[in-house]
Amino acid sequence: MIEPARPELLRLAGLHAFYGESHVLHGVDFAVSAGELVTLLGRNGSGRTTTLKAILGLVGRRTGSIMVSGHETIGLPTHRIVQLGLGFCPEERGIFASLTAEENLTLPPVVRSGGMSLEEIYEMFPNLRERRRSPGSRLSGGEQQMLAMARILRTGARLLLLDEITEGLAPVIVQALGRAVRALRDRGFTVILVEQNFRFVAPLADRHVLLERGRVVDTITRDELPGKLESLHRFLGV
Amino acid sequence: MQALFGQLLVGLINGSFYALLSLGLAIIFGLLNVVNFAHGAQYMMGAFAAWMAATYLGVGYFWALLLVPAAMGLVGVAVERLLLRRLYGLDNLYGLLLTFGLTLIAEGLFHQAYGNSGSTYPVPAALRGGVNLGFMYLPLYRAWVVVVSVVVCAASWFVIERTKLGAYLRAGTENPRLLQAFGVNVPLMFTLTYGFGVALAAFAGVMAAPVYQVTPLMGSSVIMVVFAVVVIGGMGSIAGSIFTGIGIGLVEGLTRYLYPEASSVVVFVVMALVLLVRPAGLFGRQR
Repeated sequence: MIEPARPELLRLAGLHAFYGESHVLHGVDFAVSAGELVTLLGRNGSGRTTTLKAILGLVGRRTGSIMVSGHETIGLPTHRIVQLGLGFCPEERGIFASLTAEENLTLPPVVRSGGMSLEEIYEMFPNLRERRRSPGSRLSGGEQQMLAMARILRTGARLLLLDEITEGLAPVIVQALGRAVRALRDRGFTVILVEQNFRFVAPLADRHVLLERGRVVDTITRDELPGKLESLHRFLGV
Repeated sequence: MQALFGQLLVGLINGSFYALLSLGLAIIFGLLNVVNFAHGAQYMMGAFAAWMAATYLGVGYFWALLLVPAAMGLVGVAVERLLLRRLYGLDNLYGLLLTFGLTLIAEGLFHQAYGNSGSTYPVPAALRGGVNLGFMYLPLYRAWVVVVSVVVCAASWFVIERTKLGAYLRAGTENPRLLQAFGVNVPLMFTLTYGFGVALAAFAGVMAAPVYQVTPLMGSSVIMVVFAVVVIGGMGSIAGSIFTGIGIGLVEGLTRYLYPEASSVVVFVVMALVLLVRPAGLFGRQR
């Protein structure tokens, strides 16, 4: 069976990134098609988070090429890149303490039509409805994580960059996040996931991109995964 | 008794200016992390611009109250775009030094042109006279200053704490990089916020022109107290600046009644005490 080719949403080519003097990415190349769920795997310091930040223009300096829906973004400021339809869920969650939960939720400007409504978001994350008036600083870790995810669904962003969303959370919350990610994929969102917890991502991902010392060293599709599990575990050091 | 109320009224007037000025300073520091030392000079330029507009162009007080802040706001936009913007990657000491230099230049130019003796700006006809409240005489213009500054401060507080625009400002104050990563044009916000802060200083300057002598050094004499107010209220705290500004004005007025010799240092005594007990200021968030 031949699937119709899906349009390419993101293509990185020869991407180098620097923080001050330190050279973190050494020519990263990979592409993501619309509707795909791709994970970035690698050990600590392999450049996974930096890759996400470089896509958003949040590193000190970057060279190479980053095409988002056919637009070259390497020279654009962060807000212009995001306006092409990106949503970012940072590792530290980035909930604004001086804003209420709902102010946090409605903060990011809508970048294009077709985002989820507040009502749909509260259906996906019922806890947030109860906590809508609480200041961001009073939310639990799990609530903050859900809020950080929910916050980018309203904006019409089609490409979501999620960084370590399960880190430090209780299993029941990790399960809820897994359901949410699956629901997002079914809705046609394109997702790039940086994740330490391989068991969390293995059943979700279409493709795994393996990073080592700032370079892509391998790509494993869902079909290839069973045959490569052992070498993958060795690669990740688990 | 008359003397006490008289001093408290003077304190309230001064406090109104402290509040307006420290509000602008707090907003700028909160978002841009710039200690805008030029705030006093911008206040002085507001007063001078009103005086010059009246003297050379015949522009009346109420028009000046609108046009001068608008014009000075544009000056602020230019300063941010051309100068301040280059310093954001550096320690905030550099911003302070730059704005200190701008202050010296502005004061020098006005001193060169008009000397230091000062000019008088007439109280607008509609606000002359006063009312006898029984326990004291209240000049109308002084009442106007207090009411207008309370309204402006309250409106600013409402916009910052209760509206979407304010939510951007609060979020940007916490983490401008992340706010930009949500698609907000943060560099533009920085420019407009600095312009707004400068406009607010110029607005206070126009309000002050009929109360104090318009002199090149009128900003320097007030800005030291305003910095103390910002420190007491808590760097970057909006409500803190407003309440502390008015409160410090009243404390000064009370001191002038009880022990006049101490009236010009009482602010700094309060500042030292507050810093000892609450280093982040009365309304500041402890970090």
